[in-house]
Amino acid sequence: MEPIIRFENVHFSYPEGEREILCGINLEITEGSFVAVLGHNGSGKSTLFKHMNAILLPTSGKVWVRDMDTADEDKLLDIRRTVGMVFQNPDNQIVANVVEDDVAFAPENLGVPSEEIRQRVDAALKQVGMYEFRMHAPHLLSGGQKQRVAIAGVLAMQPKVLALDEPTAMLDPQGRKEVIDTVTRLCREKGMTVVLITHHMEECIGADRLVVMSNGSIVADGTPLEVFSQVELMEREGLDVPETTRVLHELGLPKTAMDPESCAAIIAGAKS
Amino acid sequence: MSDLRVEALTHVYSAGTPFEKTAIQDISLQIPSGQFVGLLGHTGSGKSTFIQHLNALLKPTSGKVLVDGEDINQDKKTRRAVKNKVGLVFQYPEYQLFEETVFADIAFGPKNMGLGKEEIEQRVREAAHFVGVEEELFQRSPLELSGGQKRRVAIAGVIAMRPGILILDEPTAGLDPAGCRQILDNICTYRRESGATVIIVSHNMDDAARLTERLIVFNHGTVAMDGSPEQVFSRPEELIKIGLSVPQATSLAMALREKGIPLQGSIYTHAQLMAALKEVGVC
Amino acid sequence: MLKDITLGQFFPGDTPVHRLDPRSKILLLIVFIVALFMASGWAGYGLMILVTALCMAISHISPRNIFKGLKPMLLIIVFTAALNLLYTQGTPLFPGWPITREGLDRSIAMVLRIVLLIAGTFLLTYTTSPMALTDGMERLLNPLKKIGLPVHEITMMMSMALRFIPTLIEETDKIMSAQKARGADFENGNLLQRAKALLPILVPLFVSSFRRADELAVAMESRCYHGGSGRTRMKQLHFQALDLWALALGALLLAAMILLRHFGL
Repeated sequence: MEPIIRFENVHFSYPEGEREILCGINLEITEGSFVAVLGHNGSGKSTLFKHMNAILLPTSGKVWVRDMDTADEDKLLDIRRTVGMVFQNPDNQIVANVVEDDVAFAPENLGVPSEEIRQRVDAALKQVGMYEFRMHAPHLLSGGQKQRVAIAGVLAMQPKVLALDEPTAMLDPQGRKEVIDTVTRLCREKGMTVVLITHHMEECIGADRLVVMSNGSIVADGTPLEVFSQVELMEREGLDVPETTRVLHELGLPKTAMDPESCAAIIAGAKS
Repeated sequence: MSDLRVEALTHVYSAGTPFEKTAIQDISLQIPSGQFVGLLGHTGSGKSTFIQHLNALLKPTSGKVLVDGEDINQDKKTRRAVKNKVGLVFQYPEYQLFEETVFADIAFGPKNMGLGKEEIEQRVREAAHFVGVEEELFQRSPLELSGGQKRRVAIAGVIAMRPGILILDEPTAGLDPAGCRQILDNICTYRRESGATVIIVSHNMDDAARLTERLIVFNHGTVAMDGSPEQVFSRPEELIKIGLSVPQATSLAMALREKGIPLQGSIYTHAQLMAALKEVGVC
Repeated sequence: MLKDITLGQFFPGDTPVHRLDPRSKILLLIVFIVALFMASGWAGYGLMILVTALCMAISHISPRNIFKGLKPMLLIIVFTAALNLLYTQGTPLFPGWPITREGLDRSIAMVLRIVLLIAGTFLLTYTTSPMALTDGMERLLNPLKKIGLPVHEITMMMSMALRFIPTLIEETDKIMSAQKARGADFENGNLLQRAKALLPILVPLFVSSFRRADELAVAMESRCYHGGSGRTRMKQLHFQALDLWALALGALLLAAMILLRHFGL
């Protein structure tokens, strides 16, 4: 399938900064896939994220969203409505005092007719399971609920890609699960392309593809199973691997599963 | 090195209004000097309200908090004095930094205690050493530091008061795995070298299992479980029912037992799991 | 304690007052204020009290909420009352007293004015969502765009400010607790010491507000915000029969107050 986002040898550094933050990224994101990007702080993953909708532009190289060059200013709104962004701090991306007014913000900016905005807002809130909270004040919601409102606010643009930058970093385990379940469902049921930036390895397990970044470069790229199997590499990068993978690795068994049940079956099989 | 006793502690928010809410109810427990305690519980279980009682930031609706046998809520003076004995590090403590230099920020607590200049300087160096903040950073603005460094400076600001009881509310929230490990190592160093009681609120079961000697599980404003990690994690079903998870090693051990591998003992860390596997002849 | 501040609070509901177009409500508030300042005698004030009470009853806003909002203004009200009471010339209430009959009348009138003014304003903010309020204001001010006033930007800023008040209050609370845990003292000392004690709160608050503003701007741009041009609204404002009735009543009130003033009542 056609890639929906394409990074072509992207380099990036801040004008005043001496260090290069992205050092030649080549990456294609397939439409409808769930891609997780894992990396420690300062690995460049957030900078990569900000290139996906032209918040930042490459110092050299190109980023393509479909057939649009993100450096093309005339295409800015089209690029931004194609790639919806959810940020880390849920408080700092909610603009209105009432949930449904906030979700309406993007379609209002796009000049969508009133009746259609209403439909989009209701549909988006239902997709994230926040419809019954549409009249609530956002500051009284839990972190997970706020983040789902932020996702709905992006869905109301009807984007092709949902990109999220550490959306769970400030949430408790319950909120984390709500957010990850929601984006997984959007990908699997609605065919939404999802790009999830994170440093929690457990959030990557359900992805189709896992990209590991370090010092501005991609150091591993494959299915989560393939990537986590490279235990030494992950340790070198200061990243965690699932306990199941670690145990199989230390026992010298084939690392072909990550869930406890299958992993237990492999160990039991090896014993007998 | 202080011991802590909590007697029938209850806190009701907005008492007497329609928004009345009982946050914690009738909590009694004792934490002996030098213990490393983990507080578990989901958001809204009352653990944040609980820890804010331990240094008199909140006043109990009823019940008592005693530090070294003394009621901390006797009067204004004891309520103030307890802040020097019980150090509380809030979530995202880096947002409390305000001084022009790292040194001045770490010195803020000791200065409020009314200590002399030399004593303050000594304490700042000592605290900075515990959390691995190099002295080269002392004259820099805290705002220029990286996220992990800021947090360690903020923790040093509390450690510099040399609290006998150090309480940390999710000290690793939002950090990457390397940052988490570093902060937890710093806290362990402080405990080892000062002998202080440490109470840590955590959502990470693997960390709680690995580090602490005792786990207190909050649910609906009461203590649902209280015991060693071994005791608490030997009841995984209860934890899951409360809405908490179990360490990864525990869930893998549960799956292995289901597959008929007779693992012995309570398993909640990677090392224990590997040892148990070895015992039954795997690998 | 900081959480008690009710500024910008909105109580959703489905009463006729809630259903009024925000533009009508803003206009009616202006009419209300003008009428209030027309009041000169007891009949006039009586009518204004009656109107306020009626509006509160229709909109199901309890007097308690209004009084809660009055609390922060208490000092100003007491001060105004005392000033008028003590410094108005006239016939002493009792021989030898500094308090005059005129002074008593005036201070009661002033207190009534302030209380009714605040009550009227709260009636508007309690029954109108901030979004609708700023939207209404933007439409009313629209003609001023012609003389170069950035109406959209001003009203957008207002609605953002209202949105972030609760967030910043919460944050202030958190920072205060954290500094108290480090032994900061906000309650004792002289004025200068207390002002200095605020520094550990204000600096982090400013730093975080700048960070928030930065992140918010990026988030808004990512959601295709590009100023007021070409924007549509989910909730369109339209005048209904109800608004006509309400505005007619407002006009009547104004006329009645002018008449009462004319006859010195």
